[in-house]
Amino acid sequence: MNIHEYQGKSILKSFGVRIQEGIVANSPTEAVEAAKKLKEDYNSDWVVIKAQIHAGGRGKGGGVKLAKNLDEVKERAEQIIGMQLITPQTGPEGKKVNKILVAQDVYYPGESETKEFYISVLLDRAKGRNIIMYSTEGGMDIEHVAETTPHLIFKEEIDPKVGLQGFQARKIAFNFGLSGEAFKEMTKFVASLYQAYEATDSSMFEINPVLKTSDNKILAVDAKVNLDDNGLFRHKEFAAMRDESEEDPMEVEASRSNLNYVKLDGNVGCMVNGAGLAMATMDIIKLAGGEPANFLDVGGTANAETVKAAFNIILKDPNVKAILINIFGGIVRCDRVAQGVIDAYKEIGNIPVPIIVRLQGTNAQEAKKLIDESGLKVYSAILLKEAAALVKQVL
Amino acid sequence: MSVLVNKNSKVIVQGFTGNEGTYHASQMLEYGTNVVGGVTPGKGGQTHLDRPVFNTVYEAVQKTGADVSIIFVPPPFAADAIMEAAEAGIKVIVCITEGIPTKDMIQVKEYISDRDCRLIGPNCPGIITADEAKIGIMPGFIFRKGTVGVVSKSGTLTYEAVDQVVKAGLGITTAIGIGGDPIIGTPTKEAVELLMNDPETEGIIMIGEIGGGMEAEAAYWVKEHGTKPVVGFIAGQTAPAGRRMGHAGAIVGGADDTAAAKMKIMRECGIRVVESPADIGEAMADELSKRK
Repeated sequence: MNIHEYQGKSILKSFGVRIQEGIVANSPTEAVEAAKKLKEDYNSDWVVIKAQIHAGGRGKGGGVKLAKNLDEVKERAEQIIGMQLITPQTGPEGKKVNKILVAQDVYYPGESETKEFYISVLLDRAKGRNIIMYSTEGGMDIEHVAETTPHLIFKEEIDPKVGLQGFQARKIAFNFGLSGEAFKEMTKFVASLYQAYEATDSSMFEINPVLKTSDNKILAVDAKVNLDDNGLFRHKEFAAMRDESEEDPMEVEASRSNLNYVKLDGNVGCMVNGAGLAMATMDIIKLAGGEPANFLDVGGTANAETVKAAFNIILKDPNVKAILINIFGGIVRCDRVAQGVIDAYKEIGNIPVPIIVRLQGTNAQEAKKLIDESGLKVYSAILLKEAAALVKQVL
Repeated sequence: MSVLVNKNSKVIVQGFTGNEGTYHASQMLEYGTNVVGGVTPGKGGQTHLDRPVFNTVYEAVQKTGADVSIIFVPPPFAADAIMEAAEAGIKVIVCITEGIPTKDMIQVKEYISDRDCRLIGPNCPGIITADEAKIGIMPGFIFRKGTVGVVSKSGTLTYEAVDQVVKAGLGITTAIGIGGDPIIGTPTKEAVELLMNDPETEGIIMIGEIGGGMEAEAAYWVKEHGTKPVVGFIAGQTAPAGRRMGHAGAIVGGADDTAAAKMKIMRECGIRVVESPADIGEAMADELSKRK
C-alpha cells in the first residue's frame, strides 16, 4: 500500500527518526494557519508547500514551492491545491492535488554547508534479505545516479538473525564522509529508520533527500513509504491511511468485490482466473492485434456473483470493444462461471460488445452446454489458440 | 523416477481439518496420494477423512514416518507452520498459502537455510508427479504420465501448459508450482536443475513472469549445464511498470525484470522462448521430435 509523504513522515517520527516537520492542509486558509504554527514551534520563517500525491518527481511538475511570507503561503497553496499535477511518474493526465504539506524550511544557513544524501530500505529478492541502499548523491533521481555514477551507490545487507548492527550504521555514516555531531546523528538516523521499517512491515522506504542541516542535524526531507499489503493485518492503524482518491475509481470498486483489477489503456477487456494466466491472456490479446484494457483476476473461488461484478467493472470502461473471458477451471468450476456469464448478460441487458468465452478444465463440458443452450450471442472457444483467433476476428 | 514426490511419499496435511485442508486432502486422496494424516493444533487424537489428526508435526512424523507436508494454514500462522515442519524433519514442505508477510518469509528462509529440507512455495499450486502423487490444488484429471517436466510461478498457467502438452500427445513427469511471491523456497533455477537431473524427464517447460531475476538465473544455469530442451514463456509482456499484477512478486521495478528482458536472456541461453502462451505445448512437442 502506498501512503502520502505526511503519513510516512508521521510513522518515521513515531520511531524516533528526525523529520522535516510539517502540517497537512486542505485549503489555503489551513495552509496559512499551518505556517503560523511552524513559525511558533520551529521558528521557521520560510515554509515549503508540497503537493501530497502518490507519485514522485513532484518538484519537477511544480508541486513543491517555497513561500517566504504568509501572503506567498496563501498564493502558493491556492496554486497547488486542486491543480492537476503532472510528474514523470503520473502519466500525461497527471493527478489532482487534494492536500498539501506545509513544511518547515530546513535549508537555513549556519555554521556548515547543508548536504543531501539518499537512503532506501528494501528487499533484495535474490538474497531474500533486506538491504539498505544509500548514496552520496541525494536529491537526485536514483535511477539516474545508477546509470551515470553507479560507484556512488552503496549497499548494506541485513542479516535476519541479528538485524542491523552498529558497525553497519557507522559504515554508512563514514561513507557519507560525515564526522563529529553529524556522524553521530546519522548512525542514530539509520538505526531508527531500519527499526521503523521492520516494525511496520514495510516493503520499501525511500528517503530522498536525507539532509544534513547547517547545524549538523540529520533529517528526512521527503519520505516514500510502501507498506507490505500482506502485513497489514498486523497493523490495523494503517488501514485509515489508505487514500482511495489516489486510486483509479474502478480499481477501488473492484477491490470491494474482492477482484484483483488493474486498469489499462487498451480496447479488449479480459476476465481470467489466476494472476499468471491473466497476464498471459493480456499478452494473447496484444499478439492478436488488440490492446488489453485491464488485468483482472477473479481468483480461485470465482462463482456467478464474482463474474457478474467483474462484468460490471469491465463494461464501465468506454474503451472496451470486446471482452475475452478465459477460465481454466481447477477449483473454479467452469459451469458456475458460465452461469455467471449468462446471469450477468440477462441482468445487464444488451451488452454492446462481442464476448469471447473460453472455458477449460473442471466441468468445461457442462459449461459449454449451458452457454450453447442459453441462446446468448457469445463466441465460444476451447483452446487458447482458438480464443486468440476469435479476438482477431471480432476486432 | 520423478522429482521430489512419488507414490511412496508419506504426506501429512497442516491445517488438515479446515475447509481448504479438508477439500484438498480429499482430492489428493482421490488422486491416489499417500496421505498418512494431518495436523491441527488442539484436535490431536481425532480422526479426519479416515486419517489420524495430530497436535504437532513432530508427533505426526514420529507416528506416521511422514516425509512430505502440505500447508493450508492462514497467512498469519503459515510461517510458523513451515518452520514447525522443518524442525520436525519433513523433507519436502509445500506451502499453498497466499498472503504471507515478506518479513515472515525472510525469517523462514533464514530458518530453513541450514536444515535438510526443501520448501516449495508459498503462494503456489503445489507439486504433482503424474499418476503417483498430487501434493497441491491442481485439477488432477488434466495430467497424463509422460516425459515433460514443468516449472511455473503461476497456478492456472501451469494447468494451461500441462493441458497443451497432453493435447500434443505428450505427458508429464513432475510439475512444480514454485509460487508467485517475492521470497520462495525453491527458485526457478533449482526446480529446473531437479528436472534436468531426472532421468525420466526429457524436456522442461519453464514458465515465469515479470518481476525479480529468477528466470535469468535459471537461464544462465541452463546454458552451462543444460542437457535437455527447455521451452520458456514469460507472462506479463503487456504489463505496465510499477503496477503489481496479482502476485505479490509480479511487478516491474527496473529494466531487468520486464518480460522482454527475461525473454532475451533466455533466448541467448538457448531456451526456446514462445511469445504466445498458446504455443507452449506445440513448441515442446517440436523440440522433443527434433531429438528423436
